[in-house]
Amino acid sequence: MAEQAAGAASSRRLQFALLASVFVVAACGLAYELIAGALASYLLGDSVTQFSTVIGAYLFAMGVGSWLSKFVERDLIGRFVQIELAVGLLGGFTAAGLFVAFAAHAGPFRVLLYGAVFAVGVLVGLEIPLVMRILKRDVAFNELVARVLSFDYLGALAVSILFPLLLAPHLGLVRTGFLFGLLNAAVALWALWLFRDRLARRTGLLAAGLSSVAVLAGGFAGAGQLTTMAEGWIYADDIIHAENTPYQRIVVTRWRDDVRLFLNQNLQFSSKDEYRYHEALVHPGLAGMAHARRVLVLGGGDGFAVREILKYPNIEAVTLVDLDPAMTRLFSSASLLRQLNGDALNSPKLKVVNADAVRWLEDHADAFDFIVADFPDPSSYSIGKLYSAPFYRLLTRHLAPHGRLVVQATSPFYARQSFWTVVATLEDAGLKTAPYHALVPSFGEWGYILAGREAYASPETYTVPLRFLTAQTTAAMFDFPADMARVDAEVNRLNNQVLVRTFESEWRHVVR
Amino acid sequence: MKRRDFLASCAALAVAGCGEVKGAPLPPGELAGGNLERGHRLREKNFARPTEVRRVPVLIVGAGIGGLSAAWRLERAGFRDFAILELESSVGGNSRYGENAVSAYPLGAHYLPLPTRESRAVRELLADLGALQGDPHAARPSYDERLLCHAPQERLHISGLWQDGLWPRLGVAAAERDQYVRFQERMAEFREARDGQGRRAFALPAALSSNEPRWRELDRITMRQWLRDNGFDSPHLHWYVNYACRDDFGVGIGEASAWAGIHYFACRNGEAANAAADSVLTAPEGNGWIVKRLAQRYADRTITGALAFHIGQNRRAASADFLLEHENRVVRYEAEQLVWAAPLFVLPHVAPELPASLVAAARAGDHAPWLVANLTLAEMPSSGAGAPLAWDNVLYDSPALGYVVATHQRIAAAPGPTVLTYYHAFSAEPPKQARERLLNTPRETWARQILADLGRAHPEIGQVTQRLDVFRHGHAMIRPVPGTIWSAARQPLARGWERVHFAHADVSGMSLFEEANYRGVRAAEQVLRRLAVRVGTALG
Repeated sequence: MAEQAAGAASSRRLQFALLASVFVVAACGLAYELIAGALASYLLGDSVTQFSTVIGAYLFAMGVGSWLSKFVERDLIGRFVQIELAVGLLGGFTAAGLFVAFAAHAGPFRVLLYGAVFAVGVLVGLEIPLVMRILKRDVAFNELVARVLSFDYLGALAVSILFPLLLAPHLGLVRTGFLFGLLNAAVALWALWLFRDRLARRTGLLAAGLSSVAVLAGGFAGAGQLTTMAEGWIYADDIIHAENTPYQRIVVTRWRDDVRLFLNQNLQFSSKDEYRYHEALVHPGLAGMAHARRVLVLGGGDGFAVREILKYPNIEAVTLVDLDPAMTRLFSSASLLRQLNGDALNSPKLKVVNADAVRWLEDHADAFDFIVADFPDPSSYSIGKLYSAPFYRLLTRHLAPHGRLVVQATSPFYARQSFWTVVATLEDAGLKTAPYHALVPSFGEWGYILAGREAYASPETYTVPLRFLTAQTTAAMFDFPADMARVDAEVNRLNNQVLVRTFESEWRHVVR
Repeated sequence: MKRRDFLASCAALAVAGCGEVKGAPLPPGELAGGNLERGHRLREKNFARPTEVRRVPVLIVGAGIGGLSAAWRLERAGFRDFAILELESSVGGNSRYGENAVSAYPLGAHYLPLPTRESRAVRELLADLGALQGDPHAARPSYDERLLCHAPQERLHISGLWQDGLWPRLGVAAAERDQYVRFQERMAEFREARDGQGRRAFALPAALSSNEPRWRELDRITMRQWLRDNGFDSPHLHWYVNYACRDDFGVGIGEASAWAGIHYFACRNGEAANAAADSVLTAPEGNGWIVKRLAQRYADRTITGALAFHIGQNRRAASADFLLEHENRVVRYEAEQLVWAAPLFVLPHVAPELPASLVAAARAGDHAPWLVANLTLAEMPSSGAGAPLAWDNVLYDSPALGYVVATHQRIAAAPGPTVLTYYHAFSAEPPKQARERLLNTPRETWARQILADLGRAHPEIGQVTQRLDVFRHGHAMIRPVPGTIWSAARQPLARGWERVHFAHADVSGMSLFEEANYRGVRAAEQVLRRLAVRVGTALG
């Protein structure tokens, strides 16, 4: 009697321990899925697609795992320990591995992503059926299903609450991955101890378990350095200035004599070839306007466009409207950057206004001979509005009678439909357009559009010192080769925002 | 996907719970709404005698969309001799609006769908206001791009993620999606359906619909019954149709008449040259932009804070006695014709001589109360995972209807502070009970509930909300339950009461802008005919 009671008690303890491990196993399973989804959203954008496809692939893989579990016939406990260790290692390193792979451009990222998700899913799918079969000997089936599944769901619940509130914001994705890897390894070690009497090859498993823990703990400790290193690869060069403003993240890098500016990780210029971009932006429009006195620059807080504009002695006043005071402060104070923009932001002819361009245009009545609209590419709905017909009508109200405006309009090669959408939109606003393009090695083939109430003729000569443009080559820039030639495009209206949608789909094919 | 839904809702509950427990100080704000004391003063009936009689050819009582549309129609005919008296301190009725340093915002109705082919007066009104360009009756007119809702128009928070559009897609099984398609096909059939005389089965204004029993019979059953009878059992489809009914009628599918529910999906046939057919017209102040423009025109003839407590008529004139709050006295208005553009249930209380048939008609039907809260935010709410912030943002598992963003139509490079307008129709309990709850619950309780509801999708909402103003509509919308819209008892309302003409959406049985406008314009045309002013009709 006494022996039986003792046996029952130990069996109950064992059951409890196994159910606790079900809780942890389920928690880890959901965590890997959330980490993969969040990482894919972070790196690739479009989180609905990323989450849906990651969840789908993961659930499917779990199904595959469950099905495969029937082929595990002997030594259930040993297999369970092995699977736990494999899940821990694979799941634990998924976030770190994917992040590094993305940064290092190692292999097709999506293949790696879904490969990892699938592998982890299969292993997680194997876990629960195995636990159920281990417990089957001691517990009635209906009781077994009820208990195992309720612990399974409870574990998932715990993580689904902890992940967004605590883990992702405080630990970060990479470190969270290692943490759950460690939990899986701990479950394996615990199982080893619980079943120490029933296992044959204990020593090997124990060694594997301890080394997994060591590797994962090392990963956990080094996650910070790993992230910095991978970000370093994304930027490639030394970061000489980094700043988070209410509007964007400003990063300036330098490698030998190449200075680069990144806003929200998008390259804005490389000092190697920015003169090509800015000469092409300003001079084809302004060179022939001897009557021009007043110029307005929207965006362009780096001061390069202003540097080009100030080359003309007839220009008396330049107004620069840039949203972010941190940008204009940086480019008017840092000596390296002041050298690059010829100290344009400190010119007495310049007035800097840190305001929202649209608000400022609505609140002021000033008219300008030349307006430069150098906004970021239309990658969001709020920026897309700055490329819409009503916005161009607003700009037109600020054009002097013979005035002209120029718009940077993304790449007619990589985003051909987008470029011609901007042309169609300017025309819808009642302007005559003159689209042109120039090669800026850092960006590729880049597009600009001149627009005004009058037809445009390219300048016969340039009177100011230039490194890139000549009158002859300028005339050729208005020709579009067949692969960039005009396509039919819908007008970008506020209620359809076709430009943002088009732009996103076109660039998605360019950037992996 | 059951497991995931379960987890998502558990997480949501937990997060909502945290929001409550944390006990961050509530943002300040006001509890406002219709002036109850002024309105309920009617119950006391101890008014002084008039100290002055003012004569005016036409008197309009009520300055909601019905009253303003009547005034608009009179002026279109060159007739300017009218006075508008309004109970509340500001005009606009359900389309009132507010304004603060950040933005104007709606206190009620927040959009107008592209007007149907039959909404001729609405089209002419929009053309008059410059919102519709070219021929107002063209199949596809152009609309002012500043008013057409900017993209993205709407999104839905479901299973912890935002998706584009309001038809639930995330985690919805293929069989349910098949029902979506079948449902939309049925609605398209109803949209095209006409009777032998060429009248549409479901027109807007509803009065222009066919009177054939095969369609009117649908007013005898509930929308849920119709869905079941027709093999629609998808829970997500039911959710969507229920949402639509709560949003437009203040009643869910368990109570809304099937005629009304189908009308919602089948009546709209408006198109635009420069927008998709499902576009809507909106402004920071919702439909308040129309109120603002019309109210300016009639400001010299409008008196607010005017409580009508006695309406009568004899062979020479109609009369209305008002307690004028600003003058603090009682004045009698005598008019040749009177347009009653206030809710109809008030009429039996103030018109002792109202014939029994009209008393019964005015009392048929009750009203759903609404709560509209405006949250002033220091910054745009975080977009959250999934589809980016839209104009209309709906939460799947919410008793409320979601929120619209007042600054959505603003063209700005950087998102700044904003105002979110949060809507809650009390559709889950009897209207009287809901009204009592609405009136007896302090603002702080609503504020806590609203922040917890929104906190499920925007965890930071408590921190970024600087003000939370609650606006109560006690009798917001007539409830189109079965037997309301086409009941024989309510038909006398359309004919009016001799010199008194009814210009309120209550007459139609559905509280829609187009119905209020139709009733207002129709009443004005009846008035003009009585005054022997030569008029055509704006109603087609």
